[in-house]
Amino acid sequence: MNAIKQLFGGNTRQFGMIFALVALVVFFQFMTGGVILTPDNVINLVNGYSYILILAIGMVLVIIAGHIDLSVGSVAAFVGIVVALTMRDWGLPWYMGIVVGLVLGALIGAWQGFFVAYVGIPAFIVTLAGMLLFRGANQYFGKSLTVPVSTDFQFIGAGYLPEIGPDTGYNNLTLLVGFIVVAALIWGELRGRRKAVALGVDVKPLWVTLVKLAVLCAVVLYVTYLFATGRPGTSFPVPGIILGFLVLGYGFISARTTIGRHVYAVGGNRHAAALSGVKSKRTDFLVILNMAVLAGLAGMIFVARSNASGPSDGVGWELDAIAAVFIGGAAVTGGVGTVVGSMIGGLVMAVLNNGLYLMGVGSDMSQIIKGLVLLAAVVFDVYNKSQGKASFIGLMMKRLGGRDNPDLAVAEPLKDAIKVES
Amino acid sequence: MTKTSVLESDTHMPTANPIILQMRSITKEFPGVKALSDVSITVRASEIHSICGENGAGKSTLMKVLSGVYPYGSYDGEIVFQNEVCEFKDIRASEHAGIVIIHQELALIPELSITENIFLGNEPTRFGIINWTEARLRTLELMARVGLSEDPDTPVKEIGVGKQQLVEIAKALNKSVKLLILDEPTAALNESDSQHLLDLIRGLKGKGISCIMISHKLNEIEQVSDSITIIRDGKTIETLDVQADGVDEDRIIKGMVGRTLGARFPEHTPKIGEVFFEVKNWTVGHPQIADRLVCKNSSFTVRRGEIVGFAGLMGAGRTELARSIFGRSYGNYMSGQIIKDGKEITLRNVPEAIKHGLGYVTEDRKTLGLNLLDDIKTTTVSANLDAISKHTVVDLGKEYAVAERYRKQLRTKTPSVDEGVSKLSGGNQQKVVLAKWMFTDPDLLILDEPTRGIDVGAKYEIYGIIQALANQGKGVIVISSELPELLGISDRIYTIFEGAITGVLNKNQASQESLMKRMTAAKKSA
Repeated sequence: MNAIKQLFGGNTRQFGMIFALVALVVFFQFMTGGVILTPDNVINLVNGYSYILILAIGMVLVIIAGHIDLSVGSVAAFVGIVVALTMRDWGLPWYMGIVVGLVLGALIGAWQGFFVAYVGIPAFIVTLAGMLLFRGANQYFGKSLTVPVSTDFQFIGAGYLPEIGPDTGYNNLTLLVGFIVVAALIWGELRGRRKAVALGVDVKPLWVTLVKLAVLCAVVLYVTYLFATGRPGTSFPVPGIILGFLVLGYGFISARTTIGRHVYAVGGNRHAAALSGVKSKRTDFLVILNMAVLAGLAGMIFVARSNASGPSDGVGWELDAIAAVFIGGAAVTGGVGTVVGSMIGGLVMAVLNNGLYLMGVGSDMSQIIKGLVLLAAVVFDVYNKSQGKASFIGLMMKRLGGRDNPDLAVAEPLKDAIKVES
Repeated sequence: MTKTSVLESDTHMPTANPIILQMRSITKEFPGVKALSDVSITVRASEIHSICGENGAGKSTLMKVLSGVYPYGSYDGEIVFQNEVCEFKDIRASEHAGIVIIHQELALIPELSITENIFLGNEPTRFGIINWTEARLRTLELMARVGLSEDPDTPVKEIGVGKQQLVEIAKALNKSVKLLILDEPTAALNESDSQHLLDLIRGLKGKGISCIMISHKLNEIEQVSDSITIIRDGKTIETLDVQADGVDEDRIIKGMVGRTLGARFPEHTPKIGEVFFEVKNWTVGHPQIADRLVCKNSSFTVRRGEIVGFAGLMGAGRTELARSIFGRSYGNYMSGQIIKDGKEITLRNVPEAIKHGLGYVTEDRKTLGLNLLDDIKTTTVSANLDAISKHTVVDLGKEYAVAERYRKQLRTKTPSVDEGVSKLSGGNQQKVVLAKWMFTDPDLLILDEPTRGIDVGAKYEIYGIIQALANQGKGVIVISSELPELLGISDRIYTIFEGAITGVLNKNQASQESLMKRMTAAKKSA
């Protein structure tokens, strides 16, 4: 038991989600007779959910800052239709279309962010209004019709890594990406260890690091294998690559930069943040603005994938994104959440959707199941917090008669200090 | 109304009345703190009984025990009301018995009318349907009793605080109250509203309603009370009979502060330099109420290496003054100058204040001072992130090193700086907050109630840190409700009363009595 605890460190919450994800995959693998882990299905999964995961990246920041954004589906649809129209009617090339989409997303974000941050209207209201407004705008400009996009543009939503180099029977670029990821994992973990040693921080035993690395690398290599052996013409999808870069970038921004710190600080305790010199209004503004830019990007990827922009694109996306964030461990009250956690939360929903579909479960039952999963995840989280300590793994330990996590012991009030002083 | 007329109107001797309430040996403990220890009070029928004590002496806790906010079983001791032992399990139970508490923050719903407020939770119904005619008629009757002439349908938010207080009393009368508890009833009222309220309480006494009053305004206590119980450090000190003992304000103050100063402060020889920080004619308006001032034309100076104390009772405007100076983080700035190192500076927001070398440790650690979700190292660097970042990327190594340095320097007791601040004790949390501001290297550090909720040992250490900061040539302002603390730590003490600075005393001139006088009765000392 101690060994497992060592492996997952203090972050048992994330462990719980990874555990759930793995369990789901294994369960569906069994129930569908191995269909879920076939190259075609995995590629479908990425193609079909990458835009939701992109939304979840923006959404987790919004939720950490203590807000919510209900408008993302409508914003995505509006950006999608404008991009499709400008490319068709003005003859803009595909890359200019993307620029138009991102700028429009930023403008919409600035509009909503202004009301949330500087006028002080709750984001729930502002984005509820935005949800109606931009849905209407989509249908007004698109005349409620479907507008097709060029094949050039479709690349960002439906493209794959091309075949290059010698015929190895695999997709060479996909293999390359897989190997780079493995190398980066090993390098990052070892560098982290070296730094920790240099600083004199407690370092986990070497075997823990090695086992962790071995498991991670095995997973990455297996997934790489799946993507590299798909039907001819398919490989690792372009939306997956975009998603990968965004996860890396936003993961870094949220964890390592001052603006990321400010987002957590504002969500954790707005007053304390303001009294520490954080410009909380600016932080709110940027978070909302960023969300709309990502919504625009998600909208464009979806349009590219479905070859056309339509009047009901993006309906219900906001709820999928919010669900992913909460399943991924964010707190409803703000201040808590991670980009990676939200990705895992999003994948849990995606696998659930996909697995139930493959099993032939109707949309009625699968909605019921997804609703229950979301509720269970948040109940689990709230229960943990009300206990003040026990996390999932802590709970299991308790049952097994293990002792409480020593990390959680309350610091002794200091009394002997005076004696030292005098 | 003068004192003599009070005595004349007071026809019956209070001691002659039967006892209505006895609280015997009440002891109430919170985790780590004994808030009340063996406190007893006795209230007679038709008397006004005041409870006096410093902030944190245990007055409010005692009233919460009496009114059932802390239910029976959560304290030790016995409450006997009207010759019956009472075991109140909540406020409803105590109200049912005839004890009604009116809190300092009024429990009225602003959007509802006077009638709706008075009958809230107590509506006259017939088959579940509210009989508004009856409610309105009874409201008119009650309003006449408390001397309020308004349309009973007026929303409560549209009448002033003074009248709202009367609505609260009318609401209590409607519950056939026998013992009315008033917690700081006049704190938010102006002179004439206060007088009206005090007259009303005296009138109720004549009709057989007893009253327990908690107030910091000693002149009012002296004016209306029949007897006074003084509480200090959670213990009953004495009970005074106002007439028989010839009690005056000085007598009450002596009872409130009468304790000796032990060696609770580290030795310190101040090295005081020239004046480097000056605030002139600082006037600030209340953030919500348009015509109320929270700081009135206040001026003060701080010298290098000096620890300046700010004494004032709760609500006197100490925190408001500090926060309005710290980047206008409270209230509406109206006029006044800040001069630092001979130059006038304008601090429009908190980042500017920090840039100009100010730091402010908040009075309320949990709601204003700390993000309880954070760990020690993130908190330590949170007010000066730029110092450990390059191109906005935080250097985690530096962050850890900084946090470690302060952990060792301040001897914060924690397994590691990765620990969450919510898991630390109050004293250690305060050290983390101090570390956060020390890392900004301020010239002037304002500490608002720096030792609140901290045990004695940690207090000693915090004092040591404050003195060390002063020795580095920084100016330190300490705001505190504990007079012994201010006397022990400060080189100079300003007193504040109702938003105005009422005096300044050097350490050798100041005593608890001289401070308390200036903190409670501005006119006398002015």
